[in-house]
Amino acid sequence: MEQEGVEVEVVDLRSIWPLDMRTVLDSVRKTNRAVYLEEGWAFAGVGSQIVAMIQEEAFDDLDAPVLRVGQADVPIPYAKDMERAAKPSADRAIQACKRVLYHNGKRS
Amino acid sequence: MATKVHMEALSPTMEEGQVVKWHKTEGDQVSMGKVLAEIETDKAVMELVARGEGVLRKIFRGESETAPVGDVIAVIADEGEDISALTPDTGGSRAASETPKSKSDHNIETQVRVTQEAGGGRVKASPLARRLAQEAGLELAGLRGSGPGGRIVKRDVEEALRGGQAAAIEVAGPDFEDLKVSQMRKTISRRLSESLGPVPHFFLTVGVDMVRAIEARARINTLLKERGEKISLNDLVVRAVAAALRQHQEVNAAWHGDHIRRYARVHIGVAVAVEDGLITPVIRDAHTKGVAQVAREIRELAGRAREKRLKPEEYTGATFSISNLGMFGIHEFTAVVNPPEAGIVAVGQVEEVPVAMDGQVVVRPRMKVTMGCDHRVVDGATGARFLQTLKAMLEEPATILL
Repeated sequence: MEQEGVEVEVVDLRSIWPLDMRTVLDSVRKTNRAVYLEEGWAFAGVGSQIVAMIQEEAFDDLDAPVLRVGQADVPIPYAKDMERAAKPSADRAIQACKRVLYHNGKRS
Repeated sequence: MATKVHMEALSPTMEEGQVVKWHKTEGDQVSMGKVLAEIETDKAVMELVARGEGVLRKIFRGESETAPVGDVIAVIADEGEDISALTPDTGGSRAASETPKSKSDHNIETQVRVTQEAGGGRVKASPLARRLAQEAGLELAGLRGSGPGGRIVKRDVEEALRGGQAAAIEVAGPDFEDLKVSQMRKTISRRLSESLGPVPHFFLTVGVDMVRAIEARARINTLLKERGEKISLNDLVVRAVAAALRQHQEVNAAWHGDHIRRYARVHIGVAVAVEDGLITPVIRDAHTKGVAQVAREIRELAGRAREKRLKPEEYTGATFSISNLGMFGIHEFTAVVNPPEAGIVAVGQVEEVPVAMDGQVVVRPRMKVTMGCDHRVVDGATGARFLQTLKAMLEEPATILL
């Protein structure tokens, strides 16, 4: 997916309670950045909690704002194509990764 | 419960502090409110007290190490308590092991650079960049940020470090000595460039006949003898300046951008040379004090200034300053205004010089006083009138009492 010379470390949380924050923080300390990916709405979602904990625990290790990628802020559309468009996509995840790497738009 | 020991702002202008001495070592029992360490601020050496109870478990900044205000410099916790979460890990090695970016990548980076100036006064930097720069002893303000809005990010710091290291190897040699910049020296440089930059200076010099002042000093010292005290000519000058300022409040003033503040009270800062710089302890309400009291206060404050034991309120809040280099044999000199004050008088040596009086050449003890003025507040004639009054007072000290 990311064949632009960027190595992405993927942390699969598996459960939100207990929450394996240690693995998340270790990863942030290693890469200095994070993108949270979830299928649901990002607004007030689990990701908001994770991002809050990351900035609390690893503020001085962050080189960029932590971004969340979730489904669009709309009720899930009924039509299959529309539903797909509202869901988070690989493309949006890649865009977010580029942004936290300061690789987006004007660069590359 | 574990308590982080932060570098606290122990002076109003302090941005970072240097640990002079730890009163406790790792493993020592500490109690709330007790002195933990001595910290050199930009002005003085102050005591840092414990904000928690327990055992001093870990010290992160050893003696003579520097930390910015707010940084954790030690941890107090119970015996055996896990403090690993409170331990700031040393990111330095991580930064060093980072492989340099390829040449082409580097070029792209340069193209998209946004200069820091574009972002306004505050330096924008990512938390990580801030930490790396601080660990490497780099000034963030000197870096250019490549992130959005000119934000300084990790790669900018790394690039600066690569450039900086290369330059250091080139110029290294035995022809010079690098001296550590003390906290005080940093403040002096910042304050004085703040001054000569935006403060438009001009200088006025007047020669003063010191015969009467010397007589007055001798008489006062005879009277003070039984108390075991004495005054210097400088004490008399300080007192005279205070009296002259009361008559010329337009000089006892400060520039405030959209207004000029005139002070009714006279607080005189007296420049004192200390080991690695200077500091100006303040004689408060100098116009209300007798010359013997002025002398006592100057002696006491100057003594503590040399030991760096002044409290912040003892060296801030002056409305006017005096600098005397007479003891070094200086005839006359110009002094830089200490903002936001509007004036400073520079006092030279008292020396015997031939002067023409009533058609005769006579030898008289004379002293040159040069006033440095902030032209935004004080104009030539205003300053001149003040110096006229000061000269008259020193030439006839009884007028100080008027």
